[in-house]
Amino acid sequence: MRVVNIKPRPGARFLIGLVPIVVILIVYAILSAARLEANPNDRVLPTFSAMGQAVAQFATQTDPRTGQITAWSDTIASLYRLGIGVIIATFATLLIGIALGVVPLVRAALGPLVAIIAVIPPIAILPILFIAMGLGEASKIALIALGIAPFMIRDLAAHVAGLPVEQMIKAQTLGANSWQLTLRVALPQALPRLIDSLRLSMGPAWVFLISAEAIASDVGLGYRIFLVRRYLAMDIILPYVAWISLLAIATDALLLLISRKAFPWAHGGTL
Amino acid sequence: MTTLLSLRDVWVEYGDKVVLERVDLDIEQGSFVSVVGPSGAGKSTFLRLVLGQEGPTRGQILLDGIPLTAECHPDRGVVFQRYSVFPHLTAVQNVAFGLECDQSLLLGKLFGRAKRDALARATEMLAAVGLEHNLDVYPAQMSGGMQQRLAIAQALIKHPRVLLLDEPFGALDPGIRNDMHTLVTRLWREHGLTIIMVTHDIKEAFKLGTRVLAFDKRRIDPHAPNRFGATAVYDVPVTKKTQAEAIAADLAGGAAA
Repeated sequence: MRVVNIKPRPGARFLIGLVPIVVILIVYAILSAARLEANPNDRVLPTFSAMGQAVAQFATQTDPRTGQITAWSDTIASLYRLGIGVIIATFATLLIGIALGVVPLVRAALGPLVAIIAVIPPIAILPILFIAMGLGEASKIALIALGIAPFMIRDLAAHVAGLPVEQMIKAQTLGANSWQLTLRVALPQALPRLIDSLRLSMGPAWVFLISAEAIASDVGLGYRIFLVRRYLAMDIILPYVAWISLLAIATDALLLLISRKAFPWAHGGTL
Repeated sequence: MTTLLSLRDVWVEYGDKVVLERVDLDIEQGSFVSVVGPSGAGKSTFLRLVLGQEGPTRGQILLDGIPLTAECHPDRGVVFQRYSVFPHLTAVQNVAFGLECDQSLLLGKLFGRAKRDALARATEMLAAVGLEHNLDVYPAQMSGGMQQRLAIAQALIKHPRVLLLDEPFGALDPGIRNDMHTLVTRLWREHGLTIIMVTHDIKEAFKLGTRVLAFDKRRIDPHAPNRFGATAVYDVPVTKKTQAEAIAADLAGGAAA
């Protein structure tokens, strides 16, 4: 049988997917044990139990300086920035993307501007944001929003403009004016696509969040990672990275669930 | 019979390319006009003109004696070969869409009693096209034939003066196509419709139409193929006899198949 025709069943597929992850964990454990045997004070590859202890301390004990549980306050601060930034970007996309897609006049007026903004590397404008908005929350939120919005706007505008022209003509023969066309034909078909492009944009959004926190912050997941780096505290960095991945996976699953529940027609489902 | 739609010396040109030239037609109320012709003979351009999707370069199109503007309007309904229905709305929502646009300018959506009334009328219209058991189904779950039935119901709820069909049955298999012929003929009679149908199938054109227009180029310059446009070169009224023959031939064909 040809390799391309071997299709694992769902249970088998899950086990096969687990294999590389388990292999990596085992390899890590072996390497870690080897290094610690050579030097018991090594900090680069801490054991799983050392990481567990560090996590337990970060996630349960209050920091005497701030009076808060460090991991918890870091998570809240980061998710707040990420959430507000993403919400601003999403609403901007909805407004601008649909207008660009539906109204040729708006496309002519704003299309080139959006295309120019989209090619600017967002990190390059971070200093501008810091100067203009200070080192507080506003500049970090602005970086996330400005970082992901141009891609999402262009994606949504292209999707809406690509809706079959027959649909737009049909809606007009059914008496729809421009506003009704936007509201009843373009908007509902744009929403599942918006969630799709938001799912793709969550990765870059985390990058911008952590960059901003690394440069100027006093709390946050990215701030903590870059702070403890000075002490080679891999026992904190690795669990923090794992925790960020977990948050990202949960966000993605949540967005997919929302899309499936709210737009069954877009996923081949029934009412 | 009164004239519903008139084309007066209509030309369509895209730059140097002449697509339609000197089209002069009067279409009577209640007629079923089939439009045939080879690819590139301007059949679809003709349909887009009547629909208002584009305007003529020269000449005039009159509906009830009033010149048309180059914009779509509910007095001309349309069913395309594909993409005629909204994938995000269920069948009954698709049909109610036209009513909702009429009655709710701000939201394009009705609520409460007005919504129930609209849905009831939409349900009635769906029953007329044989979709009474598929009210709450999304188009993606429907067969091609069902989607075209839905598209027809959606157009008819606006009571268009003219119903335009752009190769509506081109993507359907022969059995379903026959069912659709019966449906369209029945709706045409019951609702007193005026229909213009573009088709590739000459047999279908004669079977359904009361008049068949064949579009083609009268003149061809081999060195400049785009120099001359197409026009209605044949204009054949289908008498009862030829229609009877077409039906007989169809029955014979059906029996043979």
